[in-house]
Amino acid sequence: MEISRRSLLGSAALGTAAAALPLSRARAQAKPVIKIGVLNDQSGPYRDTGGLTSVECAKMAVAEFSAQMSGYTVEVLSADHQNKPDVGAGIARQWYDQGVDVILDVPNSGVALAVAGVAKEKNKVHINSGAATSDLTGPACNGNIVHWTYDTWMLAQSTGGATVKAGGDSWYFITADYAFGHKLEGDTTALIKAAKGSVKGSSSYPFPGTTDFSSYLLQAQNSGAKVLGLANAGGDTINSIKQAKEFGLTMDIAALLMFITDVNALGLEVAQGLHLTESFYWDMNDRTRAFTKRLLPRSPDNYPNMDHAGVYASALHYMKTVNKMGVAAAKADGKAAVAAMKALPTEDDCFGKGSIRADGRGMFHSYLFQVKKPSESKGKWDYYKLVQDSDPEHAWRPLADGNCPLIKS
Amino acid sequence: MLMVFGYNLGPILGQGVLGVVNGAFYALLSLGLAVIFGLLNIINFAHGALYMLGAVVAWFLLNYLGIGYWPSLLIAPLIVGAFGVLLERTMISKLYKLDHLYGLLLTFGIALIVEGLARNQFGSSGLPYSVPESLRGATRLGFMIMPTYRLWVVVASFIICITTWLVLEKTPIGATLRAATENAALVQSFGVNVPRLVTLTYGAGVALAALAGVMAAPVYSVNPNMGSDVIIVVFAVVVIGGMGSILGSILTGFGLGLLEGFTKFLYPEASGVVVFVLMIVVLLTRPAGLFGKAS
Amino acid sequence: MNTTIWGFSRPQVVALLVMIALFVVAPMMVYPVFLMKVLCFALFACAFNLLIGYAGLLSFGHSAYFGMGCYLAAYGAKHWGLSAELCVLLGGSVAAGMGLVFGAIAIRRQGIYFSMITLALAQFTYFLCTQMSFTGGEDGIQQVPRPALLGVLPLTNDMAIYWVVVGVFLLGFFGIFRVIHSPFGQVLKAIRENEQRAISLGYRVEQYKLMAFVLSTFIAGAAGGMKSLVFGIATLSDVTWQASGTIVLTTLLGGLGTIFGPVVGAVIVNTLEFYLAPFGSWVTITQGVIFVACVMVFRRGVIGELGAKLKVAL
Repeated sequence: MEISRRSLLGSAALGTAAAALPLSRARAQAKPVIKIGVLNDQSGPYRDTGGLTSVECAKMAVAEFSAQMSGYTVEVLSADHQNKPDVGAGIARQWYDQGVDVILDVPNSGVALAVAGVAKEKNKVHINSGAATSDLTGPACNGNIVHWTYDTWMLAQSTGGATVKAGGDSWYFITADYAFGHKLEGDTTALIKAAKGSVKGSSSYPFPGTTDFSSYLLQAQNSGAKVLGLANAGGDTINSIKQAKEFGLTMDIAALLMFITDVNALGLEVAQGLHLTESFYWDMNDRTRAFTKRLLPRSPDNYPNMDHAGVYASALHYMKTVNKMGVAAAKADGKAAVAAMKALPTEDDCFGKGSIRADGRGMFHSYLFQVKKPSESKGKWDYYKLVQDSDPEHAWRPLADGNCPLIKS
Repeated sequence: MLMVFGYNLGPILGQGVLGVVNGAFYALLSLGLAVIFGLLNIINFAHGALYMLGAVVAWFLLNYLGIGYWPSLLIAPLIVGAFGVLLERTMISKLYKLDHLYGLLLTFGIALIVEGLARNQFGSSGLPYSVPESLRGATRLGFMIMPTYRLWVVVASFIICITTWLVLEKTPIGATLRAATENAALVQSFGVNVPRLVTLTYGAGVALAALAGVMAAPVYSVNPNMGSDVIIVVFAVVVIGGMGSILGSILTGFGLGLLEGFTKFLYPEASGVVVFVLMIVVLLTRPAGLFGKAS
Repeated sequence: MNTTIWGFSRPQVVALLVMIALFVVAPMMVYPVFLMKVLCFALFACAFNLLIGYAGLLSFGHSAYFGMGCYLAAYGAKHWGLSAELCVLLGGSVAAGMGLVFGAIAIRRQGIYFSMITLALAQFTYFLCTQMSFTGGEDGIQQVPRPALLGVLPLTNDMAIYWVVVGVFLLGFFGIFRVIHSPFGQVLKAIRENEQRAISLGYRVEQYKLMAFVLSTFIAGAAGGMKSLVFGIATLSDVTWQASGTIVLTTLLGGLGTIFGPVVGAVIVNTLEFYLAPFGSWVTITQGVIFVACVMVFRRGVIGELGAKLKVAL
């Protein structure tokens, strides 16, 4: 008697608890739903680089495309990967298992590499707009991913190349100690060496979590190099530049990866004269201005940077591909969907006409900008003057140099 | 350039000086922790979170009430200290009769709550807090350019540490407090309200942490993770210095900053580990810490 | 007279059967990968509970062993092509080796000093992991394949590896149970209750503590190894002191020194994490609230309270 009462109690309690556990989704829908997941950093150093504005860009793309959706609807989800590869991979795995078809954005190269692996494993799609490592179209490339927006090679070529050409032939790097930082430093070093320059040294700092760069800046100053290369991004770049000013650093600063949102946080007083490369600028032409105007009501605090624009453009391109393939085919086979994306030329208000190469590389213009002086700027967000426009054929690493397994075979 | 063991003296001194700035924070924080543990036997795992709270309050005072750095140096510690008093009265004091580890677990929980709330509010990469006008600028030290503010941090924390030590070792109230921790019943029988003394001491230790937080805001920015980044190191400093010894904590704090600075110059990858290696070595050879009394 | 089956009292047998039944039924309703995460952490919590609940040792840096188990198993699977059970054993063995060395250092001191030393050693391990190339630093070891069991049974299917995880968990669970109810376990309990007395009775207390420590770290490492094979990734998150804090919470919430407490604790903590993760740091805040609540008013934990109400030991 006692035992059965106890066991009943026990099972009842456990049963109620089990009912609260995450359930597997049932799959009975009326119209097929394409699910887009926007995965990025919403609370850490990259929250302004991507963050909620990226989610709004995806939603806007979906809203604008809704009239053309043939026989399906689109749902947008979002999550914060906290810059942790295991969190990002876990969310990606769970999303893909529960019906998400494509994951967008994913800044942070370490997380991006992990998500790329999961996309291949589950045969789904990942279009990266936020991460930099050129390995995504190199040794880590696979048939389920596309690398939109930018990468470390393009940045090194543009910002690095311009700095070296202007006489910066000795460098010291301050590098974020993870995949992105090392790759950016590596790609830029290759460029410097090819131009017969030298690298005097480098400091890798723990990422994320470092807010005080004083000892690394001191080492840089003491190295005697002409240029301080910042192989970091977001909040870290902002802190590095601010503190460099505080410590009276006399070196030239090459901010290898910087977005307009970072310039906004620094202010023109501090940021003026810096060279940086983006593949999108809101004030570039009529189409980009129109896009920005449409986005602003959804994102009143932030003008879009290239990461945000990339999320918008990649969402649009994916949906166009779904239209072409048919929903069922697109959902069933991620690899086929990516192949179809490569076959279809891209066109949107942000990047204009472009294409996706066989190794997954998005081929767009890259623009070298210089930050305006406060006197040259007519208002908030009017920050850039164009120094150089590299066309798609020359902005990116040549296909043969990438060591992408898809190309070799 | 002067050469020492084949290295230029300039860069070594530069890293050493920067290290002493870090050491100033270690000393201030371990001072508060040593007071709380050494005198009250409370393992205050919330110390890092309260340090962060001091910085947050200072930021809040500046951005919402227009109260600048100098008044914040006084107001923020008072506010956070009062919060500490509240914690002690409502929760911590109930655990004195239990195993010390429950105190650790409780304050650990409190730290999680405070830090989680701050992260939700402010994200995890921090908010800038500008250096006050009067402390801007820098001094040329020959081997480096030293921002005036960081110089102020070193001097101010040194003064605070010495003052606290003097109060505890050389004044009547300090003597009463030390007596109370050794034999509370006896001191109570002299008419001293021991529980209130304990509460106020906890509040004072917390206030010291908050003061360190205000001073840290312009250097490290106001970052919800700043407490958890530093708490383990601070515990290690207190353990190395000797858990009952105020002087031990101060000296070890500054000393560790210096040691880390030199390590950053010679072998940067090891700078995070050196404190733990030191702690293990000390605990195995001098179990009571460098300045502690063997119990 | 208490009738026991393999040392389990009758109420415990009932609880055990309920638990096993749930393992069988749950994957039909709940996402299997989530269940496997719970099982790995439940095993880790059981290992931790062995130390704190039965030997009275609060190891505050226990995730160092779990995390190293993760790394070693991941490395073994990815770079050495080891089969699944070898990866898990590798994780457990390396963790046990660490446990032997670190335990020997830490056990020299008692109480809070013991805990501080374990914490310092764990931080030491964390920093080593950030520097060593085999761990992959901030990126971790990614894209770890799921090796076959015994070299023949493929585990790529989530349900296949689920049963392996259940098997490993039950093995560890029974193992710990038998240890607790053995003469060795009795001595541990005596040491926890009154160490001086145990010494005066002639027991080599340090050796017993070290043995318990090594056993605990072995199981923790095996649990970690299992986890990295399931998720295909091993990162620094697994060796942080915050992760150690979570396992303390899990065991405290479930009930220190109970048999089923760690399992229930793992279910609750992981479920909370799952539901609260989209809401930023609410996971951390909730964990903090549970810590405070457990210490102030709920010291016996869920299973402890349940056991007290029903007047049985669970």
